[in-house]
Amino acid sequence: MADRHNGKVPAVEVQDLTVAYREQPALWDVDLTVPSGVLLAIVGPNGAGKTTLLKAILGLLRPVAGQVLVFGQPVVQQRRRISYVPQRGSVDWDFPTSVLDVVMMGTYGELGWIRRPGRRERERALAALEQVGMRELSDRQISQLSGGQQQRVFLARALVQDADIYLMDEPFQGVDALTERAIVTLLQQLRAQGKTVIAVHHDLQTVPEYFDWVMLLNVRRIACGPVAQVFNEHNLRLTYGGRFAMAAFAREVDETAPAVIAPDRSRSGGGDHGTGAA
Amino acid sequence: MALALPDLALDYTLRTVALGAMLLGLSSGVVGTYAVLRRESLLGDAMSHAALPGIALAFLLTRSKESALLLAGAVAAGWLGALLVSAITRTTRVKLDSALGLILSVFFGFGLVLLTFIQKQPDASQAGLDRFLFGQAASLLRRDVQVMAAGTVAVLLAVLLLWKEFKLLVFDPDFARVLGLRVRLLEVILTSMIVLAIVVGLQTVGVVLMSAMVVAPAAAARQWTDRLGLMVLLSALFGVVAGMSGALLSSLTPRLPTGPTIVLVVSGLVLVSLLFAPNRGLVWNWARERARRDQVRAEGILRQLAALAEHHGSLEHGHPIAVLRASGWSPEQIEHVLHDLESAGYVRQVSADRWVITAEGMARVRPAVEAGKAGNELARPAARGTEVTGEGQP
Repeated sequence: MADRHNGKVPAVEVQDLTVAYREQPALWDVDLTVPSGVLLAIVGPNGAGKTTLLKAILGLLRPVAGQVLVFGQPVVQQRRRISYVPQRGSVDWDFPTSVLDVVMMGTYGELGWIRRPGRRERERALAALEQVGMRELSDRQISQLSGGQQQRVFLARALVQDADIYLMDEPFQGVDALTERAIVTLLQQLRAQGKTVIAVHHDLQTVPEYFDWVMLLNVRRIACGPVAQVFNEHNLRLTYGGRFAMAAFAREVDETAPAVIAPDRSRSGGGDHGTGAA
Repeated sequence: MALALPDLALDYTLRTVALGAMLLGLSSGVVGTYAVLRRESLLGDAMSHAALPGIALAFLLTRSKESALLLAGAVAAGWLGALLVSAITRTTRVKLDSALGLILSVFFGFGLVLLTFIQKQPDASQAGLDRFLFGQAASLLRRDVQVMAAGTVAVLLAVLLLWKEFKLLVFDPDFARVLGLRVRLLEVILTSMIVLAIVVGLQTVGVVLMSAMVVAPAAAARQWTDRLGLMVLLSALFGVVAGMSGALLSSLTPRLPTGPTIVLVVSGLVLVSLLFAPNRGLVWNWARERARRDQVRAEGILRQLAALAEHHGSLEHGHPIAVLRASGWSPEQIEHVLHDLESAGYVRQVSADRWVITAEGMARVRPAVEAGKAGNELARPAARGTEVTGEGQP
């Protein structure tokens, strides 16, 4: 599509979005423009409204004010082009079903009412499982999966939809190193295909390595833009408050110096994650 | 007539009762699967109790004993109850369980008041409404069974056609919404199915115990399988078996109320499933736990015998069970474990009460014993064993 190539129509555009749970605003007057084809990390402290923002973009929540446009149109008209990877803990993994069955759920939208998934859908689900390195486990009961495997099943389910925008809620939460690698590879593949990824992310140290855009959120939007431009100490302080500590934080995060960041002073010695960056 | 043609009458009654009970088990078993997996089992309870005032009001308004009319009242009242529960949880801070309790008791109380009022009226046709309290299979007529069949067919059709929709709705409703599925509509259909299943069973089981027919077959079925399709089939089967045997028992035995009998049968099925189902059953778990414990116990005893053998520097010198008792296990338990070890070739019985470790046994524990010598943690049981030897041997 033309809009994806010249990037004129943003993948996601959020205007003046306010969401409240019982008078307490979870998001307050948030604007966000995500150009097509970027990997965007949403970071912010607990209760900053990160998940709420994702759900509002997906149309799962009714905002008090503001609007969300996906490729220039309301999200309900763009269901085929948007996909969602919820937090692992949002479902009951004791549900009686298999890995392949869960992944095939990604095809239910296009199938429409009543029609059941057939061989074609099965093939696509298996291909998606292959992509996340889970093909051998396709017959496994979902209750027998590890946390990392659960996460990859959810990713495969989203991949099956073949959407243009992927919204992920903490895809790296509590996964093993193997799964983390697999997800990073997947993100890069998606970027190479011109897809847009918006992910809630917790590990600040890996933001410059995994993502190219970042949004700093704490109920209000603090900053949003390319990592090199907005992911700096000033903005992080504004987002996380005064107790935020950083060591050797350089302005030019992107290419040269690996950023060694710790959300708290007590952890500032543990820079072992950051040194692998860029 | 019943006296003149007892066989025929019995046949007719039995056929009707069996058919009705089968339909009841089928519809509530299928629907119950979804209610249980959605953790909304109590919704069935609230809705069946809420149906009572609907039945009474339908009778007061029409003065008719026609089941179809009365059950239409039940559907309306059950639905109203479900709507109110949903409205309460959405607009107030009252949680689901409290809302269910509230609706259940208010509706049921109102229903009882109406029932009492009806019974005090001189009107002769009042008789029979109380059969909806505990159910009375013997009172089923062919027309009733036809109504039940219609409800069951509707439920089965909905499950067959909307199979994938309901599966996703139960597993991950948010994802269903993201895919563009009409989640609200599906929820309405699912609730309607629960109401229908309840109404199908109302005359046979009664409002008080109807929720057991929604919950129990599905809960039992969950124990036996990890596949949704099989769970639905098993749940339906359990429902049918419980419904039929309970209804037949009660219609063959005078003064045995149907609802409670059916519920007793279905509870038996649940009990058996909870105990004996593979993987999930308690007996299975207990056996697995016991096997693991025996394993640990055997390792410990083997280590002790190894320590004793090393202490004596001999694989010939036997030791009594009393020596091994130090670890806090009964002599019988130890002897049991020793016999197991013997059949595995790790120990040898030298005389009546004397045991010694074999070379094979030594080979098996040696890595552990050596590790124990290096780190103090593992050496402790062996050390204790030797101490006891010193005291125990006169």
